[in-house]
Amino acid sequence: MHGPYIVHITVATCSAIMLLLIGMCDSLRGALKKTALYDFHVEHGAKMVPFAGWSMPVQYKDGILKEHRQCREHAAIFDVSHMLQSKMYGKDRVKFIESLTVADVEGFAENTGGLSLLMNDTGGIIDDLIINKTDQDYLYIVSNAGCADKDQAHVLERLKEFQAKGHDVTFEPILDMALVAIQGQAVAKVLQKGVDFDLSHLKFMNTTVSKVFGIDCRVTRCGYTGEDGVEISVPMNEAVSLVTKLLNSKVGSVQLAGLGARDSLRLEAGLCLYGNDIDDSTTPVEANLSWTIAKRRRKLADFPGASKVLTQLKEKPERRRVGLVSSGAPARHGATILDDAGATVGEVTSGCPSPVLKKNIMMGYVPLKLSKVGNKVSVKVRNKTVPAEVVKMPFVPTNYYTPK
Amino acid sequence: MIQYSFPERKFTEEHEWLLLKDDASDVATVGVSDFAQSQLGDMVYVELPEVGRAITKGEEMMVLESVKAASDVYAPVDGEVVEVNNALEERPELVNSSPYDKGWLFTMKVADVSSLDSLMNEKEYEKFIEGQE
Repeated sequence: MHGPYIVHITVATCSAIMLLLIGMCDSLRGALKKTALYDFHVEHGAKMVPFAGWSMPVQYKDGILKEHRQCREHAAIFDVSHMLQSKMYGKDRVKFIESLTVADVEGFAENTGGLSLLMNDTGGIIDDLIINKTDQDYLYIVSNAGCADKDQAHVLERLKEFQAKGHDVTFEPILDMALVAIQGQAVAKVLQKGVDFDLSHLKFMNTTVSKVFGIDCRVTRCGYTGEDGVEISVPMNEAVSLVTKLLNSKVGSVQLAGLGARDSLRLEAGLCLYGNDIDDSTTPVEANLSWTIAKRRRKLADFPGASKVLTQLKEKPERRRVGLVSSGAPARHGATILDDAGATVGEVTSGCPSPVLKKNIMMGYVPLKLSKVGNKVSVKVRNKTVPAEVVKMPFVPTNYYTPK
Repeated sequence: MIQYSFPERKFTEEHEWLLLKDDASDVATVGVSDFAQSQLGDMVYVELPEVGRAITKGEEMMVLESVKAASDVYAPVDGEVVEVNNALEERPELVNSSPYDKGWLFTMKVADVSSLDSLMNEKEYEKFIEGQE
């Protein structure tokens, strides 16, 4: 899928193209998709693994620990082109995206965005996504690679209904842009050399179009590591050039990092991984993501699943996502959580040894009465019962760029 | 003429190595290969087996944990655990930096020394992993 594609189409043709794409995937069953940086990764010693239908670098020669520390101490580049970038056009685009999510996009200032949740009618989370309200005639949205097919099917179905009521919206997956995240405290210094605006004006969750080292990009100050940083949407045929320029920075240390480090970084930052920590059966309240439900939307109670979610907000959910720490054998996704009587009370949804804290960190769901910080539980690791404690998240303090 | 014979490092298909203490001994040191450690990535936790535990070839007997994943180590042959490398509790990264020396995992009394004959020698193992890469 190389070369610039200019796609601005209505829902009818879009569905046809989606079907075509699905058909193409079928004919290539087993073949993994490659990002514009695939050859670059291989040349740089990446270990490539299948991830959500893509061949992605899980780590480079330095390994996960070094890549993790590189991001915490300097700057690391992640290819996140597998994620679904899309645009919504039309004068009713804000109304439409709000009908799918818990966000107050109407209340967003121009060129700002935020994390939101695509909701199903029973209060479950279809996907988490970043919605940006650009100063141009579209919303810029980034959602998970693993959910790309179901998200698009869902959006297109709702879009048809919405359009049938006479509303003006179109949805356009972006097929000609790669997405590169650069994360870490050195990013502002490194990136400032390549942009013609003052980066100190681009706060966390702000977005802008800009030249980056001469390449036309969209730069959004966000990420998935807990560090300051940006995600850069860059034309596919310029992605290698952009990444090379960033890696060659003379003002800061910049290295490549893979999905392995990305996972341990996001877990330290307390960020959810869709499919592990949240899914169609978890509600925002259970997932401790109630903060994403905008005030205005609570008042209007007009998002999908609102009645269940708002009831849970008032009456408290039965279970809640918490952070846990332990020492000894690390508990991973799927490990059982036990109460002090040894009864099964929940499950670890993500877990790894924290490279920064040097202890094991986990997320998991426990009954409300066990969810308070300081509560003691244990986790089952193979045949051992390991003591664990409920702690506040993020596990490692975040460094988002949020000047007053 | 005196024939000197040195014990030869043997390898399993599960990427463990085994080296008899000396030619007359039935006690072998066990570790994982350099290939294995590079595939597993940075070690952060090693769950050692119990000393004295009787083990059967192929049995899961201890665990190596990297940031990303937990990996079982299988008993390379039948026998009994004699000693474990306690240094790995504090410094699991020795498995990465020194897989054939300081990063050894345990020693075992081998039930039947001739069972080592069926394992690969270094050359055969090198060929074997070529097919894995």
